[in-house]
Amino acid sequence: MITSLLGVLFDGLAYGMLLFLISVGLSVTLGLMNFINLAHGAFGMLGGYVCVIALQYWGLPYSLVLPAAFVVSAAAGLLLEQLLYRHLYRRSHLDQVLATIGLTFMAIATATYFFGPLQQPLQVPKFLSGQISALGVDLNIYRGFLLAVGVALTVALTLALERTRFGASVRAAVDKPRVAEGLGIRVGLVFQITFAVGCGLAGLGGALGVQVLGLDPLFPLKFIVYFLLVVAVGGTSTLKGPLYAALLLGVIDVAGKYYVPEIGAFIIYAMMVILLVVRPQGLVSRR
Amino acid sequence: MSTARSELAPVQRRIAEIGFWVVLAAGFWLWPAYLALWSQILIAGLFALSYDVVLGYAGIVSLGHAAYFGIGAYTAGVLSKHGWGEPLSGLLLAALGAGVTGFLTSFLVVRGKDLTRLMVTTGIGLLLYELANRLPDITGGNDGLIGMEMSPLLGMFHFDMYGRTAYGYSLAVTFVLFLVMRRLVHSPFGLSLRGLRDNPGRMLVLGYPVHRRLIGAYTFAAVYAGIAGALLAQTTQFVGTEVLSFDRSADVMVILIVGGTGMLYGGLVGAAVFMIAQHYLSDINAVYWQFWLGAFLIAVVMFGRDGVLGACLRLSRAWARYKVAAKI
Repeated sequence: MITSLLGVLFDGLAYGMLLFLISVGLSVTLGLMNFINLAHGAFGMLGGYVCVIALQYWGLPYSLVLPAAFVVSAAAGLLLEQLLYRHLYRRSHLDQVLATIGLTFMAIATATYFFGPLQQPLQVPKFLSGQISALGVDLNIYRGFLLAVGVALTVALTLALERTRFGASVRAAVDKPRVAEGLGIRVGLVFQITFAVGCGLAGLGGALGVQVLGLDPLFPLKFIVYFLLVVAVGGTSTLKGPLYAALLLGVIDVAGKYYVPEIGAFIIYAMMVILLVVRPQGLVSRR
Repeated sequence: MSTARSELAPVQRRIAEIGFWVVLAAGFWLWPAYLALWSQILIAGLFALSYDVVLGYAGIVSLGHAAYFGIGAYTAGVLSKHGWGEPLSGLLLAALGAGVTGFLTSFLVVRGKDLTRLMVTTGIGLLLYELANRLPDITGGNDGLIGMEMSPLLGMFHFDMYGRTAYGYSLAVTFVLFLVMRRLVHSPFGLSLRGLRDNPGRMLVLGYPVHRRLIGAYTFAAVYAGIAGALLAQTTQFVGTEVLSFDRSADVMVILIVGGTGMLYGGLVGAAVFMIAQHYLSDINAVYWQFWLGAFLIAVVMFGRDGVLGACLRLSRAWARYKVAAKI
C-alpha cells in the first residue's frame, strides 16, 4: 500500500510537471491579455510531432530534439501571434473562443493529413528507459527525468521572472498594463515574447510528454480541459499557482486512474466543476 | 441585431417568415429523397435554437450544451427500449429530464465570468459523456443504445424507412416550439434577457433579478435541447454516446454562428447550411471538412460575425439603397 502510494505520487508529480510546462504559457495569455486561447494544446502537439519526426525518422540525438521542439513551437507561436492573435485581443470572449476553436480544428486536420489518426509510437533513448529501485519502490527513470527537467525549468522561470529586468516588466504588464505602458514598457512586445516562450514551453512539454500523455491529432482537444483547469484553478497572477494546481491535478488524476479505474476521468471533471464553483478566483490569488 | 431586424418592414418580415415555413412544409415534395437528412437538419436547428437562448439572448458562452441534448436522447431512448414507445409522452419526459438537469446545473453555470462559465459548462458536458461511457448497462456504452421500439405517432403514423413520419414529426415539433420561443423573446422576459447580455451591471441596478433570469433562460434552453435530443433518438431509433460529445457542443455553436446569433431564425438557417455542407464535403474527405470548417470559423470572426442571416440583411439593405438611388 505504502509502496504503491509512493509510486503513484512519483508518477503523479511527473505528470503534473508536464501539465505545468504545457499550461504555463496559457496562464500568461490569460493573465496578460485576458485572452481565452483554446488552441494552446496545438502548440504542445506541434512539439510532440517535432520530437517524433526528429527522433524516429531523422535519428537526431535527444539533446538536440528537445530544444528543437521548443524553438519550432515558439516560432509557430510568434507567427500566429502576428497573423491572428493580435487582432483578437480587444474582441469579445466569444470571438476568441470561436477563432481558437477554428484554429484547433485546422491543427487537428493538418496533423491527421500528414501523420494519420493513430497514436505515434516513440522509443525514448536507452539511457532514459527502464526502472530503478529506491526505498523498495520501482521508479521509472524517464519520469524521474521529467521531474528533474520540470524542476530545473521552474527554477529558471522563477529566476527569470523575479530577478531580471524583463521579468519585472512582465510582472508590471500583468498587474497594470496601462500604467506599465505609461512607464515606457512596451507591453505589446513584452507580450509577444512571453507568448512565444509560452508556446515554446508547451512544445517542449508536448515533446517530453509523448511517452506519458500520448500523441495523436486529437491531442489539443483531449487535454485542453486539463490545461485550462491548471490555469483556472491556479490563477494567472503567479507562477506558483499554476504549479501547485498542475501538481495537484497530476497526482489526483494518476491516483484516480490507479485506485478507481472504473471511474477514470470522472474524478478530474467533477473536481474541476466543484473547484470552479467553490473558488472561482483560483486557489492561489494574489489579491 | 435589433437594428438589423428593423431593416425589414413588418409586412415583408411576415411574408418572409410564412414563406420560410411553407418551403419547409413543402419539403415532402421538394426533397422527397432527402427527408432523413432534412429531419436531422430540423433537429440540429431546434438544438441551435435552444443554444441561441443561452448564447444569443442570455450571453452565456457554453461549450457543454450537448449535455441536455444527450439527456433528452437517452431519456427517450431508454424509455422506448423498455417498452414505453409512445413518442409524444417520451418527448415530454425527455424535456422534463433535461429541464430538471438544466435547472440544477444552472446554479453552477450562472456564477462567474466568461472563462469560468465556459469551463463549468465544458466540465458538465464531459462529465455526462464520461458517465454515459461508464454505465453501459443503461446507455449501451460505446456500442450505443440498440433495440428501441417506437409506437406509431398518434397511433396512426408508423416511422417508415423513407423518413416521411420522421420529417413531419420533427417539423411539427420544431414549428410549435419555434412559435413559443418567438413569443417568448418578444415578451418582457426576452427583452430583459437581451438587456442582461448587453449590460448586466445596469440591469442589476435597474432591479432585475439577474441570476433568476439567467437560471430561467438556461433551464428553458435545456428543455428545448432535451426535446431536440429526444427527437433525434426517436426518429433514428438509436442513441450513441456521441449525443453527449464535445464535438456536438462545438458543432451547435458553429451552426448558430453560421446562421447568426440572437435572430431567432439563425439556428435553423445555420443548421441547413452546415448540415448540407457537411453532407457533401465530408463525403469527399472528412479531414478537408474539418480543416475548412476551422478556416471558416476564423474567417467569420475576422470578417464579420452576424452569419448568413446578417449577410442577407446587409444585401437587402444594399438593394434598398440601390433602389432609392435609382429613383433619384
